[in-house]
This record gives sequence, C-alpha cells and structure tokens, in this order.
Amino acid sequence: MERVPVLKIGDILLVSIQIDMEDQVALQLQEDLADRIVATGCHGVIIDISALDIVDSFVGRTLATIASISRVLDAETVVVGMRPAVAITLVELGLSLPGIRTALNVELGMELLARERYDDDEADAEADGDEEAVTL
Amino acid sequence: MTAPEGTQRIPVSSDQDVVRVRQLVRTVSVAVKLSLVDQTKLVTAASELARNTLVYGGGGMVEVSRVENGRRQGIKIVFADQGPGIADLQLALTDGYTTGGGLGLGLSGARRLVDEFDIDTAVGQGTTISVTKWCR
Repeated sequence: MERVPVLKIGDILLVSIQIDMEDQVALQLQEDLADRIVATGCHGVIIDISALDIVDSFVGRTLATIASISRVLDAETVVVGMRPAVAITLVELGLSLPGIRTALNVELGMELLARERYDDDEADAEADGDEEAVTL
Repeated sequence: MTAPEGTQRIPVSSDQDVVRVRQLVRTVSVAVKLSLVDQTKLVTAASELARNTLVYGGGGMVEVSRVENGRRQGIKIVFADQGPGIADLQLALTDGYTTGGGLGLGLSGARRLVDEFDIDTAVGQGTTISVTKWCR
C-alpha cells in the first residue's frame, strides 16, 4: 500500500497529498499524523491538497477527523491549496468542512499558523506581565 | 439517446477498484469535453457511488459509456450490485442518513452532482444506479 509522507519543518508537520488515495491510505495518514504529532510535539499541521482533482465525502471526512485529532493533541490543522472546482463540488455535495481551517497555499498556511502561535504567546506574555505588575 | 459504443466495465471489489473507476471516469470526461467543474462533479459522484457499490452492495460492476442526445455529448455510468438492496429509498436519499457510519452524503450528494439519476432497487435484489452528465 502506498503511504503519504509526513515532513517536519520546524514546529510544523507538512503533508502534501500527491496521489489518488485509496480509502485505506487516507486512514493510514490519519494514524501516521497522530503518531508524528505526539512524537515531535509539533503545534501545526499543513495538509496540501493542491494535487487532488477531487475531494469526496470520504476524504472530506478524513480531513475533518485529522483536524479534530490534531486539536486534541494541541496542534492546529490548516488545509491548503484546494482547487476552485473542488471547492464548488464539495459545497454542492453538502460538505462545507466545518471546523477546518483553510488557506490558499502552503505559504499562507504557515503564516496563519505562525500568527496564531504568536497571538497565543502574546496572550500568555500579557498574563505574565499582569502578574509582575501586581508583585511590583 | 443512441446506444453506447465502447462501453468500459470495471468490476468493483476493493478500494483500488474505486480509484480505477475515478480514473476511468476522469479520462472519459476529458474525452467528451466536459468543463473542468463538471468533470470534477462527475468524478466525485462516481467515487461516492462506486464506494457504495463496494461497501453496501458487497461489490459489483461499474459501466462507463459515452452517450449522445441530438448534438449533445455526455457520459452515462451504471453502478450495479447484487447486495441487500435499499429498503427505504426516500430515507436513503436523505442528507445525513447512513447505515454505514459515513456522513450520509454519498447517495444524496451524488444525485445533486449529476444531470440524470435513476435508481432501481429492491430488498434482496441488489441495486442499480444510472447517472448521466451532459456537456453544456
């Protein structure tokens, strides 16, 4: 069975789906990603689907499940590169992928994750700052 | 509608066969010159229905043929299985209804993605679904 590679870049796991996946391959990817998130402690997952000419309900559901699993494991998922025709078809199929963050390409996906991480750190720093002010 | 010439058949008994059905439908869609969005819709519908043939019908046969209606070109796909059949067709065609743990969008969603959708089913007699997509 083919397998979709998962690459680690800094704090992000990058998956680029380049094959027409059998259902089993999609399920394997779901497991591989959960394992890699825990093993690496990465806080972001980017799934590039720019090479996919269709996303059916099975793949759509797999993407949603991956996003939920990642969130439980303290990682945010961004799906990037969806083709316009795929977006039109998905919505008509009845699948609007609620709960999935999207960006137009890998670069914007990385920016989105970095921004979110920065906002979180800001919030933490602010909380710390308040405490200091009190102790002073 | 003229009789289809050069009908291609794919037996469906595994995940890999569902991928083969998608690839054949894609190839014929391009040959018939469906628009990119219509190609995407038809391949997505075929993926949903071929998976149903496999998962609910216990496997079966998919036939893809080019059809003509006056000056219009189109593609007709027939999905046939000898499975348990569908007891309540209205219910099965309802968005979100599933007996298989899926999203319940396969059948209802596929119907929205094609121009013609016919279903012939009886309990214990299997299910045959025909869909057609016409060039605009």
